[in-house]
Amino acid sequence: MSGTVTTSKSDINLRSPSADSTGNDSNFTGEFIQETLALTKRLFIQLQRRPSTLIAGVLQPLMWLVLFGALFQNAPKDLFGNNLNYGQFLGAGVIVFTAFAGALNAGLPVMFDREFGFLNRLLVAPLASRFSIVAASAIYIIVQSLIQTAAIVIASAFLGAGFPDFMGLMTIAAIVFLLVLGVTALSLGLAFALPGHIELIAVIFVTNLPLLFASTALVPLSFMPKWLQIVATLNPLSYAIEPIRYLYLHSHWTLGSVVMQAPWGIITFGGALLVLLAFDAVVLVAIQPLLRRRFA
Amino acid sequence: MAPAVFIQKLQKRYGAVAAVKDVSFAIEPGEIFGLLGPNGSGKTTTIRCLCTLAKPDAGQLEVMGISVVEKPRAVRQKLGYVAQEVAIDKILTGRELLELQAALYHLPSSLAKQRVDLMLSVLGLEEYADKKTGTYSGGLRKRLDLAAGLLHQPEVLVLDEPTVGLDIESRVIVWDFLRQLREQGTTILLSSHYLEEVDALADRVAIIDKGVVIAAGTPSELKDRLGGDRITLRLREFAPVEEAQKAKDLLSSLPFVEEVIINPAQGNSLNLVVKPQSDALTSIQQSIQAAGLPTFGIAQARPSLDDVYLAATGQTLMDAELAAAGSRDLKAEKKQSMK
Repeated sequence: MSGTVTTSKSDINLRSPSADSTGNDSNFTGEFIQETLALTKRLFIQLQRRPSTLIAGVLQPLMWLVLFGALFQNAPKDLFGNNLNYGQFLGAGVIVFTAFAGALNAGLPVMFDREFGFLNRLLVAPLASRFSIVAASAIYIIVQSLIQTAAIVIASAFLGAGFPDFMGLMTIAAIVFLLVLGVTALSLGLAFALPGHIELIAVIFVTNLPLLFASTALVPLSFMPKWLQIVATLNPLSYAIEPIRYLYLHSHWTLGSVVMQAPWGIITFGGALLVLLAFDAVVLVAIQPLLRRRFA
Repeated sequence: MAPAVFIQKLQKRYGAVAAVKDVSFAIEPGEIFGLLGPNGSGKTTTIRCLCTLAKPDAGQLEVMGISVVEKPRAVRQKLGYVAQEVAIDKILTGRELLELQAALYHLPSSLAKQRVDLMLSVLGLEEYADKKTGTYSGGLRKRLDLAAGLLHQPEVLVLDEPTVGLDIESRVIVWDFLRQLREQGTTILLSSHYLEEVDALADRVAIIDKGVVIAAGTPSELKDRLGGDRITLRLREFAPVEEAQKAKDLLSSLPFVEEVIINPAQGNSLNLVVKPQSDALTSIQQSIQAAGLPTFGIAQARPSLDDVYLAATGQTLMDAELAAAGSRDLKAEKKQSMK
């Protein structure tokens, strides 16, 4: 991420900015892109100069794969259905959980910006929209998640999970994108709403692992008691995990393929994607008032 | 022509605390306007409301004739804001921070590069431009923050306590720079609890205390309005209040003495307002001596802005500062500033 990111698009006017009174609407897209790219660039400069979080972020899911894989190594083969070994089963869960955890933490840097006053620099600037702050974090986390996902996919292949075809890889990337977008936006909404980083960390703590265990990341639905099945099939994480798992296990899949047998109905591949889309839409609408907590 | 900044009957509460109760002032284009008051008097809250960082409970705020509440985005474009605490990302270099700032104000990239170079040279930061800001001294950080606030050439520059915590040299650099800006037509609002700062820089000043503007005008107007000379008499380093009272009664009867205030925060010293007259000091010393009272120190001065503050509130700015420092809940204020 070097070089200039600032746009030199023709729709940005060359007048003195002080003559630009209200920021007219035709510039909105150009301005939104400009501020989003600048904020994204900052995050990547930070990553480049402090790469430890990315290194840890890649190592951790690989350790999950190895350790959880070893934990369940002696489990009966048919426990996970279709004569699978656990390594094949686990990959999808680790991909989604890793992306989820990264996105859930996205609000922390914003919270620290708020506490150190850096966020005020953004809030007094005539941003086209404060969603550029959300967009910049989302781009950053999505790139980070995709790097992690690639590492997990490669490591899983070595552990015997197989390797999805090109279409499968693109679909995994799309699912990770949808999940990360919604969760990042939620985390940023919290960063604007909660009093400080202690509270944000507390929320992350009570959300992170419980959502993991109440999903199909580590064990199949059939393994769970009824009540947990209901919880797990309402958990957005399952809607990201099951399609990825399905395309790992089936060379032929369509949007109509049934990926999850909830106690209350069946979920198709396309249905799961729609649930993730709806989740994103709801979160993005819901955080709008939080971003406007000061002036719009 | 509309005033550059217009604030009328501003009110802002944080929970049970009325941070601003009644603040009104107008700033003409091209002047430096000082907002003077002790810490905790409502200066920062007023500035936060003006800069769209806090929503006022009541009152009218306008920048270049544009309503702050109705068109915050248009107002943000006109304002440059330099916060009291310099908030810079220490991982970024100075140049990178300015480039980010330029993009937040939507400067086209060629203009941005030009402005960044200009601001770096104007504020003498070229040498440090490509070093991480984490390595900067306090003075350098403030200059970088100033550069950032000026990058989009705002019509109104707002500075909250611009030289707090700066060494004298950096302070003088900042002062000179602000004067140059005024020459070029920028309107400047600065808050300060340093009398000398406001006295040295401001064309006009509003003195604010406990969320209320208690006096406004040019510094010399305010001082002249008070009239008379100021004499500070200390009987002892810490005089007993009865002794001070006795001296007060005695001195009040002198024909040229207009007013006597006992200042408990300065060891019950006596602050006198007298008609300008050459032998005032001698006469006072003689009558104190005649009454058998001691003299620890005595000094005469033209009225200062501090006397303006003293006359309005009964305490000096420094005393208010000290009193406020004890009663402030810094943790609560930090929370407040994040809202």
